[in-house]
Amino acid sequence: MILSRLAQAAVTFLLLTFLVFVLARLTGDPAPLVLSADATLDDFAFFRRQYGLDRNFVLQYLTFLSNLFSLDFGNSFRYRVPALDVVLAGIGPTLKLTGLSMLISGFVGVALGTFAAVSKSRVVDFTVNLVASIGQAVPSFWLGLMMIILFSITFPVFPSSGYGTAAHYVLPAVTLSFFATSSIIRLTRVNMQEALKSDFVHMERVLGLSERRVVLRHALRNASLPIVTYVGLQFGLLLSGAIVTERVFSWPGLGQVIVGAILNRDYPVIQATVLVTAILFMLVNLVVDILVVIMDPRLRS
Amino acid sequence: MTGALVSMRNVSVAFGPASQPVRAVNRIDLEIEPAQIVGLVGESGSGKTTLCNALMRGLHSAARLEGSIAFAGRDLYALSAAELRRLRLSDMTMILQNPMTALDPMFTVGDQLQELIGERGVSGRQDIAGLALAALKRVHLSAPAMRLKQYPHELSGGMKQRVLIAMATASKPRLLIADEPTSALDASIQDEILFLLREARDRDGTAVLIVSHDLGAIRRVSDRTVVMYAGRIVEDGPTAQIFREPRHPYTRALLDSLPRIEGDEVTMKAIGGQIPKLDSLPAGCAFADRCPIATPQCLAEPPPERVTGQNRTFCWEAQ
Amino acid sequence: MTETTPPAAKASRPSFAAIMPRLARALTHDSRPPLMALGFCALVIVCAVFGESIAPFAKDQAHFTSTLMPPAWTEQGNWPFILGTDHLGRDMLSRLIAGARISLMTAGAAIFVAGILGTLLGLIAGYVGGWLDIVISRLVDAFLALPFILMALALVAALGAGTANIILVMIVTNWARYARLVRSEVMSVKKLDYVTLARVAGVSHPLIILRHIIPNAMQSILVLALLDVGRSIILESSLSFLGLGIQPPDVSWGLMLADARSYLMFAWWTAAFPGLAIVATVMSFNSTGDWLKRRFDPRAFL
Repeated sequence: MILSRLAQAAVTFLLLTFLVFVLARLTGDPAPLVLSADATLDDFAFFRRQYGLDRNFVLQYLTFLSNLFSLDFGNSFRYRVPALDVVLAGIGPTLKLTGLSMLISGFVGVALGTFAAVSKSRVVDFTVNLVASIGQAVPSFWLGLMMIILFSITFPVFPSSGYGTAAHYVLPAVTLSFFATSSIIRLTRVNMQEALKSDFVHMERVLGLSERRVVLRHALRNASLPIVTYVGLQFGLLLSGAIVTERVFSWPGLGQVIVGAILNRDYPVIQATVLVTAILFMLVNLVVDILVVIMDPRLRS
Repeated sequence: MTGALVSMRNVSVAFGPASQPVRAVNRIDLEIEPAQIVGLVGESGSGKTTLCNALMRGLHSAARLEGSIAFAGRDLYALSAAELRRLRLSDMTMILQNPMTALDPMFTVGDQLQELIGERGVSGRQDIAGLALAALKRVHLSAPAMRLKQYPHELSGGMKQRVLIAMATASKPRLLIADEPTSALDASIQDEILFLLREARDRDGTAVLIVSHDLGAIRRVSDRTVVMYAGRIVEDGPTAQIFREPRHPYTRALLDSLPRIEGDEVTMKAIGGQIPKLDSLPAGCAFADRCPIATPQCLAEPPPERVTGQNRTFCWEAQ
Repeated sequence: MTETTPPAAKASRPSFAAIMPRLARALTHDSRPPLMALGFCALVIVCAVFGESIAPFAKDQAHFTSTLMPPAWTEQGNWPFILGTDHLGRDMLSRLIAGARISLMTAGAAIFVAGILGTLLGLIAGYVGGWLDIVISRLVDAFLALPFILMALALVAALGAGTANIILVMIVTNWARYARLVRSEVMSVKKLDYVTLARVAGVSHPLIILRHIIPNAMQSILVLALLDVGRSIILESSLSFLGLGIQPPDVSWGLMLADARSYLMFAWWTAAFPGLAIVATVMSFNSTGDWLKRRFDPRAFL
């Protein structure tokens, strides 16, 4: 099963490399962008030869692919350093932010979802639904702006931008995790309600197991499989959200890198960012798939 | 009778509006003696399972209990949640109908058994492990040490039921309720499971309330048989006597409906008519409209309790 | 059950506790129309269509003497500018109304084209089958497997920003869902007897698609399209906020928020109202979509 997943991921990745390559070539010749206005025709020819732009399309793609495998994405037009280095500089802050947000939304989402599933109160039911539907509708960058107004300007508790101390993480992480949290709450509640109806939960209660054990150990463990898969899928959305959230909080991550690269038409960096992010996303999903297999004794054997 | 382990007085389980309740269990008096195996029989919908759940305090939240149930002299429905849990951990236990889904698929048999033993107040890893192994040995599970490390999906239905019985009887409870313990299993292993219940009684003095629509199973395992119909008890007496000479016409019809071999032919007699709907029970005997010997009195007035020796039968016509 | 009449309900003022379940139902299992959401959708659509005649000012009309005016109900507020003005003294309300047009138009156009494109490809994949099905299905998987903003950014990088390109980006990121939906609808409809019967009776393929398959898939497509409105508005405003979407002099809610970023310190209203407009619009279209989904397929929520 894991093998077929790997194969699937490889096909998707190949498709993506092709897409990225075609898109970059679609825009035409990058030479005028890179070379200064007083460049001669010889300069142009040299540039094209240097970047392999004079060869035919298929050859160019194959070169692109083979360079990929040696982790060569080309040099950034803008910074004149390997594009991969530019991307790797941004990946740390982004991963920290995304990882923290994933943890927050995982813990808060599962805790509140479990609480909502156990609670019989209509008020809780209503609140959960309301939070969930708001969570699906609020763009993270706007939430970020509101957080800045509230917690950096009106009540100056947390810094509104920058990177470094723990305090810098609070607003971006909370902003970014809001969307994922609201959907994890919803999913956890549905799965917990389902699990709490199962026969073995009834059996355990009848045998006198404490309610805490029945809910937190047995029902939650059984409900956790779809939740783990879902949290993995949320990682993609968190990465997408991070790109925008980083802009709001001037967070020096991949989002800033790619937006800057797009505004400056720095194609090698764009390609590298898109492909590295895609690899990250596929890796996380692969890890999640494996995790689910490890967690479920029925799949393990 | 004093010294009864379970004593139910005028117990009903009602659903729906208080002004027009529907009673799945209808004004039942029942006592279970220590170390007695009581078989509860009746068609589906007769209230057997609801009665068990009432006794286990595991009723659906929409159900209302009327009357009183005492366990070992204590009012079961006056216990706090913590007291009830302690009672379930030590004295009163139950196994469910479908062993296939009654174990948590995410944990090994050993995990679940040891967790339960730990909850029962045993401490010390060694002690718990020893008790878990002993519990599996008691239910004659093959290769018990290996089973502890296995997951439920690696066991057959019969093995799972053995594990559940092991979990339920490890504390040497005073009462074990078994709701259709064999109906989901192969016919070939049903008797072995029933035998386990007898063994628990013989060894630990556990009283067993076994619910089944399988009359053969009840006949083989129980000391006493209680027959239910439409939420009421219609006949209650020693198993041997009831199967030999049933006094209630419904019990007779039930026994006649068993397939039997006469010469070369297998014959069975179905009971004519329909089980009455619980929300439109007649004023008199619930069985009257299907009863071959019903009189106008049966339709009009509820049947009296007629006691003969250890047998009580609710019927106008019973001698 | 016999007819049981519940005890006559006493007429009394509904308590909080009595209202809660109704509200909860309205958000979850109720199949009554969400009137507030429908109303707001209608309002946004009216703004989008008749915006210029409703708005108090032209969207670009700058009042340099009244820049960053707070909303009218605050102390420094001024009446003609109900929701205040931005850094160039442009009326917030007028710009919000103008933004509704861009947001709905881009979303609508993108969904329309993506819907038709996806439906066609889904029909081909499901109805024709064979290697076409394999190719299309693989493509759908690949498009759905990636975070959509990545694809959007890659496209914007290649095509450049601007309204037309944003629509194109949204088409590219949206078509796959329709294709998958229609394909599975075709597969399930294909098994139904009347399609087989129609074929036996010699009805031509286009006619079968037109008469039987499309009507069956239409409900699901409609629901998906409504839910896509919210998704598209958020995508457009995100891109515009990054400076990669709608470009001035066009105005969109995301663009307004990008401007507002510089004035957060002293003009909260420039950030608050465009965001609220997005949230309210997205929530309204989402709950309308959810409501239709429940009406069409009650099992989906059990």
